[in-house]
Amino acid sequence: MIRSELIQKLADENPHLYQRDVERIVSAIFEEIIGALTQGDRVELRGFGAFSVKQRDARIGRNPRTGESVQVEEKHVPFFKAGKLLRDRLNGLEGN
Amino acid sequence: MAGKTLTRMDLSEAVFREVGLSRNESAQLVERVLELMSDSLVDDEQVKISSFGTFSVRSKTARVGRNPKTGEEAPIPPRRVLTFRPSHLMKDRVASGNKR
Repeated sequence: MIRSELIQKLADENPHLYQRDVERIVSAIFEEIIGALTQGDRVELRGFGAFSVKQRDARIGRNPRTGESVQVEEKHVPFFKAGKLLRDRLNGLEGN
Repeated sequence: MAGKTLTRMDLSEAVFREVGLSRNESAQLVERVLELMSDSLVDDEQVKISSFGTFSVRSKTARVGRNPKTGEEAPIPPRRVLTFRPSHLMKDRVASGNKR
């Protein structure tokens, strides 16, 4: 499923909404998550999963082509951990 | 780092601000987005959200694990795990936002 298919499904289920508004709704959701992570905040969506930011320490890297050492600065990367309910569903444990 | 945690409520609030819907309907739409994404993944379908990232399901074969505390061997059955690969846009924004 890609973004446009997600929007289409939501639009089909909500005929009272303009397609344009459904697009804005979907964008607002993902934009809110990115915005939170950009500020170093977490987003916890029970049952689905949690988005957080992980710090990668500075390290000495190597240019794989030349073998030269390069200093790689500390950086922050987005991270997602699936929630228990979704993990269980993926493994056929529907639960309640 | 600010260390705040956002929840569904914050996402529905964002939807509420964006479009003139009730708070209740905004919350339902957020829930539905998460459900549609979950259902696709459970059906073994990749979920690709442009400029956000890609969620995919990987199958892992059975292996013998070890209880790290006791050192005891324990079989780990085959299972499916979810991975998320952030888009370049998201990685860049998160990296620059958290730079000190």
